[in-house]
Amino acid sequence: MYLDDSFRVKVGLAEMLKGGVIMDVTNAEQALIAEKAGASAVMALERVPADIRKEGGVARMAPIKKIREIMQTVSIPVMAKARIGHFMEARVLEALGVDYIDESEVLTPADEEHHIGKRDFKVPFVCGARNLGEALRRIAEGAAMIRTKGEAGSGNIVEAVRHMRTIQKEMKQLTVLGKEELVAESKKLQAPLELVEWVAENGKLPVPNFSAGGIATPADAALVMQLGAEAVFVGSGIFKSSDPEARARAIVKAATYFNDPAKLLEASEELGMAMPGIDVSKLQESELLQTRGW
Amino acid sequence: MKRVGILALQGDFEAHGKALARAGAGAVFVRTAGDLEGLDGLIIPGGESTTMLKLLREEKLMDPLAEFGRRRPVFGTCAGAILLAREVSNPVQDSLALMDIAVERNAYGRQLESHVSKVQPDEEFARRAGAGEMEAVFIRAPIIRRVGESVRVLARSNGDPVLVEQGPYLVATFHPELTVDSRVHRLFLSKLSDGNGARR
Repeated sequence: MYLDDSFRVKVGLAEMLKGGVIMDVTNAEQALIAEKAGASAVMALERVPADIRKEGGVARMAPIKKIREIMQTVSIPVMAKARIGHFMEARVLEALGVDYIDESEVLTPADEEHHIGKRDFKVPFVCGARNLGEALRRIAEGAAMIRTKGEAGSGNIVEAVRHMRTIQKEMKQLTVLGKEELVAESKKLQAPLELVEWVAENGKLPVPNFSAGGIATPADAALVMQLGAEAVFVGSGIFKSSDPEARARAIVKAATYFNDPAKLLEASEELGMAMPGIDVSKLQESELLQTRGW
Repeated sequence: MKRVGILALQGDFEAHGKALARAGAGAVFVRTAGDLEGLDGLIIPGGESTTMLKLLREEKLMDPLAEFGRRRPVFGTCAGAILLAREVSNPVQDSLALMDIAVERNAYGRQLESHVSKVQPDEEFARRAGAGEMEAVFIRAPIIRRVGESVRVLARSNGDPVLVEQGPYLVATFHPELTVDSRVHRLFLSKLSDGNGARR
């Protein structure tokens, strides 16, 4: 494993974010609402995924002025999204001093073959994954945190569940395989043997494993935590709902008390309307965000 | 075996659980006031102090925790140090105020300033927990700007106190739970067995 000090510090911040909620925000005002509601970090972006889906066009890194305003307004960590493979957007965000970069399929990919070489950066990266192979390839590139991709902006938890279950199942399967079998498995997963062996021995990813993509209610957050997520990202789910403040507070509570149905009931009361949802199975292949990334 | 609670509202409470196991104590995750019952001590982990504070208030845990802290030893790392400090700045925020220290949040800067340092603990620490330098992982860490008269500094980094104690209370601005060195956790456990309660 890459246990140099730089990587330990990157994973260290991910450790501090466990059990919490990272909320998508597009301006300082939303960031303040998120912080007051108990967000453990905010993610700065130009438009929330639901709007990107509706409006189309090229989705890029957020305007620097907006990100800087957010950084000046809140005391919690500020993350920002860069396009897949766009290592110069990432360099700009690093120079700005954001706390984490999300190399995200929600933005329009800049490179259809290569992801960012994340080990060369001092700033840590989080990347999305649908399965174990994808997760381990991102870690090999230097990601210090993995999140499920789910289907961003859909308000539908089904894809995040699918991805978390897939990753957990694939990890469990590795733990019972013999040495030679792991070599074959490494080929199948298209991931380095060293990482495959690490997972086989430990039964978990070598970096924190969070969930994103479709979380819209406190029960959704508790569900992915039950399935093994160590924290959750909420994109459109908060600021596309009828009462963002109440919903943000409720999802924070759900991430902590995911094992306590009575507390989850409290969190689920008087929330107003959730964001509108989309039946993911009715989306065209070209409308899916999760298939971006390689 | 001693049973130590770890506040598990948000943060790296699992890492503390593993560190306690290495140091030879049992861990109980604390999320409600009822969970505090029968515990010998409490750890407040690293994480986001604003998030923890929000949940502590909403779940009405501030008073039960402060009350527990008047009877039993408490150990805080990073956000835990912030929650135990009497004064907090950058920005000013509420706390359990169990220790006579002033702490500035995110005092080194943002994540790009997070780092791993070698720290040389003082003789008092060496005598009680074992000699030798210690690896200290600082993540968006606070700095202790003032220590009261009854507070003892056990280790410094670049002149700033990073590990301090006051009677039954111990705080680190770094994360001993993220290394395999168990000395800081063992030092805390030694406070549970000497039966000094919450003597100041």
